[in-house]
Amino acid sequence: MNWFDSWALTLVTFIPIVGMVVMLIIPRKEEYSIKVVALLTTVVTFGVSVAIAARFDYDAGGGLQFDVDKPWIDTISSRYHVGIDGISLPLLLLTTFITVACVIYSWNHFPKPHTPKAFLALILVLETGMVGTFIAQDLILFFVFFEIVLLPMFFMIGVWGGPNRSYASIKFFLFTMFGSAFMLLGFLAIFWQTGTFDIPELSAMAGDGIVGSTQNLIFAGLFLGFAIKVPMFPFHTWLPDAHTEAPTVGSVLLAAVLLKLGTYGFVRIALPVLPDAAIDWAPWLGLLAVIGIIYGALACLAQSDMKRLIAFSSVAHMGFVMLGIATLTDIGINAAVFGMVAHGLITGMLFFLAGSVGERYGTREMSRLGGLLTQTPRLGWILGFLAMASLGLPGLAGFWGEFPAILAAYNPLDALPLETFRSYMVIAAVGTVLAAGYLLWMLQRVAMGKVKPEFEQTDVHDINTAEWIAWSPILLFVLALGVYPDIIFGVTNDAVAQLTATAFGG
Amino acid sequence: MNPRFDFHALAPELILTGVILVVLVVDLFLDEEERWRTSRLASIGLLAALIPVITLAVDGNDRVMFGGAYVVDDYALVMKGFFLVAAWVTLLISFDYIGEGDYYQGEFYFLLLTSTLGMLVIASARDLITLFVALETISLPTFVLAAWRKHDPESNEAGLKYFLIGVLSSAVMLYGMSFVFGFSGSTLLSDISTTVSADGVAPLLLVGIFMTLVGFAFKVSAVPFHFWAPDTYEGAPTPVTAFLSVASKAGGLVAMLTLVYAGFFGRPEAWQPVLWVMAAASMTLGNLVALRQTNMVRLLAYSSIAQGGFMLVPFAVAPDGSGTAATSSFEAVVIYMLIYGAMNLGAFACVIAIARRTGSAELSSYNGLIKSSPALAVTFSLFLFSLAGIPPLAGWFAKFVMFRSVLDAGTTAAVVLGVIAAINSVVAFFYYAGVSRRMILEDPAEEQEPVLVPPALNAAIALTALTTLVVGVYPQLFAKLGEFAAGVG
Repeated sequence: MNWFDSWALTLVTFIPIVGMVVMLIIPRKEEYSIKVVALLTTVVTFGVSVAIAARFDYDAGGGLQFDVDKPWIDTISSRYHVGIDGISLPLLLLTTFITVACVIYSWNHFPKPHTPKAFLALILVLETGMVGTFIAQDLILFFVFFEIVLLPMFFMIGVWGGPNRSYASIKFFLFTMFGSAFMLLGFLAIFWQTGTFDIPELSAMAGDGIVGSTQNLIFAGLFLGFAIKVPMFPFHTWLPDAHTEAPTVGSVLLAAVLLKLGTYGFVRIALPVLPDAAIDWAPWLGLLAVIGIIYGALACLAQSDMKRLIAFSSVAHMGFVMLGIATLTDIGINAAVFGMVAHGLITGMLFFLAGSVGERYGTREMSRLGGLLTQTPRLGWILGFLAMASLGLPGLAGFWGEFPAILAAYNPLDALPLETFRSYMVIAAVGTVLAAGYLLWMLQRVAMGKVKPEFEQTDVHDINTAEWIAWSPILLFVLALGVYPDIIFGVTNDAVAQLTATAFGG
Repeated sequence: MNPRFDFHALAPELILTGVILVVLVVDLFLDEEERWRTSRLASIGLLAALIPVITLAVDGNDRVMFGGAYVVDDYALVMKGFFLVAAWVTLLISFDYIGEGDYYQGEFYFLLLTSTLGMLVIASARDLITLFVALETISLPTFVLAAWRKHDPESNEAGLKYFLIGVLSSAVMLYGMSFVFGFSGSTLLSDISTTVSADGVAPLLLVGIFMTLVGFAFKVSAVPFHFWAPDTYEGAPTPVTAFLSVASKAGGLVAMLTLVYAGFFGRPEAWQPVLWVMAAASMTLGNLVALRQTNMVRLLAYSSIAQGGFMLVPFAVAPDGSGTAATSSFEAVVIYMLIYGAMNLGAFACVIAIARRTGSAELSSYNGLIKSSPALAVTFSLFLFSLAGIPPLAGWFAKFVMFRSVLDAGTTAAVVLGVIAAINSVVAFFYYAGVSRRMILEDPAEEQEPVLVPPALNAAIALTALTTLVVGVYPQLFAKLGEFAAGVG
């Protein structure tokens, strides 16, 4: 199976594009064939990623596997270098998995204007960009994939979004583009200092050849690019607007995968390539992370729109992920990767629910909703289950992202100020209480109580088949990861240990 | 001295000259309804001229003629190839526009080809006189072409304005050249280079260099010598505008490249500050004014001024000496030019196609285009986003090499210019995306018929779109050409 080893990652990245081209050839009237082609494409892509996971050597999760290194742009010494290690693999699977769920969910409710062909084509382009970012091992390749996701998401929000879509889409685009311009300058500066764009090579150097002050400047550039994408506290303002206006599937992909591109960038590039700067910056990263946790939670308590509340909860949850990264320890970074996957599943699923509720009632205003449990019990119970998962109840996936991150802040890397991080730990712990507060409050207002008079006569149907097929695997994973977190920790641990050992000397 | 004639080296120019004469003569003997045949002749002629360019590139030897005044090297060949292809695409987008309007046909193609001939010559010119003659060969036909819609006062104004400014800039340039000649005693760039690099040059020589460059700055419509461009672009027939904004602009830029790198390189203080100011001003002013435009062609006019500014950035930061940084800035200009040519011609082809239905280039007529002509709206958006520099469309690589040359230079002035360029890229995105948003997100004013695009125009759009996509994904294609062309003898 040597053939598979050298082509698998290329296949998983570009099958969606091939599928999109096939789909574009089919005339617009043949809606059913278009949907089938899109579904097949994503299922095959997911299949390839599962095959990759099956052939992945878990004993050597620290090194690159399925490595391909071919010339791409010789003139600027940039190569088509792709490969995955234990950190990329879970995110790759998450991406291909969520995309299938999105296509199935869209099956019968395409948002207005009802144009499945264009909508599905955008999902497939997005998939290529997202998958490519997680497997790229060359800075320029990473940059190109990182940017590919912008246009489809821009159009998804702009064309299929809510009433304020035009503003939200342009805000999303300008914020991200502003950040990535500085990120690109950072990449160029790295090249200018070291003479290579190759990420493994740069990680092995662990910052040798770049003096401390320069590292700090370059880190600032990368920080802007990644922190806007995450988004971290002062750069988060695009997120609630984008989420509120985006169509359901757009919100799901945004929350489940797009935000992870930023945190992944920190783990894959910023920390290992610029370790000295990372140590200097870590207290500030941690500070912004805990501000994000508290700010996100407080903002949630002030929301009246269910979807906007979930959007702000993302700011808080990504704060935990960033806190884990900021500790620069094994435990913290493992927790961060786990947190990325868990947040992807749970919050992605919450956005599905918010979309379905909004579609059934025609509103997401929590003051008008209520009694979901009596009117549509299954929908109500799933919402309850996810609220528990999201607030970090042990036994469900959310717990293993938050708890170890808080634990890691108790004992950060030796070079970091201990007291500072212990105070962060206390603040983050308060954040979990607030999280329980706003999630239960949401649950109470939406699911419990009596159905409001205006909807008493409305015929609201419970979960339909497409929703069941799309959702049940996600719910299953939320439970499975919570009961047996080693599914992910076992994969990531070697890679994370090697990363911290090379970058920070263990 | 008997000039040695290397017929192989001169074959592209000779073939094109032959075709020009044939087009002119054949046009006389054709009936009114047979006139369109001249366009086919012209396009075959351009492709025929491309053959010797390729054989010369395969051969690979540098050929020096006329005592060093005329050089066919890799750089010249890449640019000749670019000019021929750009002119060919311009022909494709002109066929139906010129054929359907009440225009002279044979003369149009005659003038277009003559201007292209000037471009072939300018790519090889290594001597002030040859450069000047080539530049005039490019310009004179375009003065007439700009005024081609002769019953339309706007077109007349376009031609006249362009003519007056063009003549003025030629005068300034010639005056400057006379200074340069006076000090170096030679019109050959290689001799000038020696004089310029020597210690203790007279201030008047610097004035000469400055004025020579200002003359070319008019040609590439760099701020503050740009004011002819928007009116001329709007008034001229749109295919001519496409030609002016791509081929003719590239002609001026090639002349600047040759002059700066082969002639004035040893004395950066004479040209670098001027180019720095022009680059910064062109980017900033071009973009800010483009934000406020309501007419698509005017918007593209200002966008092309701004893009010209981006192309001047690598010049303005090129360090002295012949290190890697100097090569990388040269490469950056060439690569930017090639990519800009593909995406801007494509954008103009789309504007022409869309104007076939609406008859106007007002931005409001673009609202909701996706409803009636989805393919055209998406393709036009591709070109616009490519101009904005969004990967994976070719424009990102152009911007990338530009920024790389800035970092390679590494001086404070370079970094400041780089930051100005970065901010401008974000500003530019606003108006490019604005047009795309009109087409895709807004609702059309009324029910619209689909746009019918004739085959030639379709071919032009497909060709440029394919180039934009393929080069965006695999930039090595053009990067290789840039590398190949780096260094001017």
